[in-house]
Amino acid sequence: MSRPTRRQVLHGSAAALAGAALAAPVAFADTAVARPAAGHGHSDGHKAPGDHEMPEPFDEMYQGRHIEGWPMDEGAPEHGGHGSNAHHGGQARPRAGQAGPHDGMDFVVRIDNDDLHVMRNADGTWISLVNHYETFTTPRALARAAVRELQGADLVPVVTG
Amino acid sequence: MAVRKNQADLTATEKRNFIDAVLELKRSGRYDEFISTHNAFIIGDTDDGERTGHRSPSFLPWHRRFLLQFEEALQSVTPSVMLPYWDWTVDRSPRSSLWADDFLGGDGRSGDGRVPSGPFAFSNGKWPMNIRVDGRTFLRRSLGAGVRELPTRAEVDRVLAMSVYDAAPWNSSSDGFRNNIEGWRGPNLHNRVHVWVGGQMTTGASPNDPVFWLHHCFIDKLWADWQRMHPKSGYVPTGDTPDVVDLHDTMKPWNDVTPADLLDHTKFYTYA
Repeated sequence: MSRPTRRQVLHGSAAALAGAALAAPVAFADTAVARPAAGHGHSDGHKAPGDHEMPEPFDEMYQGRHIEGWPMDEGAPEHGGHGSNAHHGGQARPRAGQAGPHDGMDFVVRIDNDDLHVMRNADGTWISLVNHYETFTTPRALARAAVRELQGADLVPVVTG
Repeated sequence: MAVRKNQADLTATEKRNFIDAVLELKRSGRYDEFISTHNAFIIGDTDDGERTGHRSPSFLPWHRRFLLQFEEALQSVTPSVMLPYWDWTVDRSPRSSLWADDFLGGDGRSGDGRVPSGPFAFSNGKWPMNIRVDGRTFLRRSLGAGVRELPTRAEVDRVLAMSVYDAAPWNSSSDGFRNNIEGWRGPNLHNRVHVWVGGQMTTGASPNDPVFWLHHCFIDKLWADWQRMHPKSGYVPTGDTPDVVDLHDTMKPWNDVTPADLLDHTKFYTYA
């Protein structure tokens, strides 16, 4: 465990994190959003937990929010099919020394064009930075859960490379 | 000897001293450094890569050191302050004294989840959300909404009975005590409490809610209880494990402390 890793980079940026410029408070949508029901995200029905194939991309409106996701390896900026991410930079896994918004991610998830940090567990389930202690069967279920949790609020970048 | 007490047994003065020290750390900026550190590890710890603070054997010693560092910061404000623990197997209700306005404040209001009263209420102006994952700047909770029930004593006892500390592949799919108390397997202890509290506690920036410390203090106490029940079971792995903190490896971000240094909590504090 002696090789330099992105972890050191993350810690190198701890001060930057603490002092990161943060988004202004958002105006709330005045539609009341129901609390999510207890339990886990429902399966999209095409991937069993433990199946380590990468889930399919998705792109939909959910409770008034645009949610989309796609496997990281589709990540060329000029990649078609995700019209809204044309402004998005490279999506390749950053090399050590280059912590980026998708650091460690296998799958890109965005809510209204803002990145949601997600992570795949060893059993094939998923967690996000918004719901970090609860597993979901698919990134789509994870994105929907984040929308319910956000209640209209915008994601803000937490880690600034 | 420094003693960590059950939050239910604190005197009014002890509660006030704890809260005042927390608010002073917030005011000085030191509190948010703890949130940043936790969030960085939450993002960086992965099942198939380097993992230190979570989903790995060092989950318990890492948080033990993290809590010690926070407790030392509190004591730099008020020397007598110790971290209290929240035994959620007993104090299971939103009506517990833990959530009273003279301590952590209560549940969030319906609609936006904003905690409306107590020392950390947005209206007091003393608890800004500087390190956050979304635009909302107020402390939120939704006690019992994300999951109905906190873990029970019987579920805790089932996990404490596991005699193996941890097992390959040393991540969220492992068998053994560590992963079962962390909650990725089994009855789900630690993770479920984060979900039960709701609000910022469900996010990578969970130390935004001061209950984070009381929750992890109880997890730390359960590790101590487990050690007494299984004196022959040591921390594993003990060497040469890629991406994982072995018994004598130093842990980031401190780089000067190993799990071995932290196994005996009585060097630092005892539990009442």
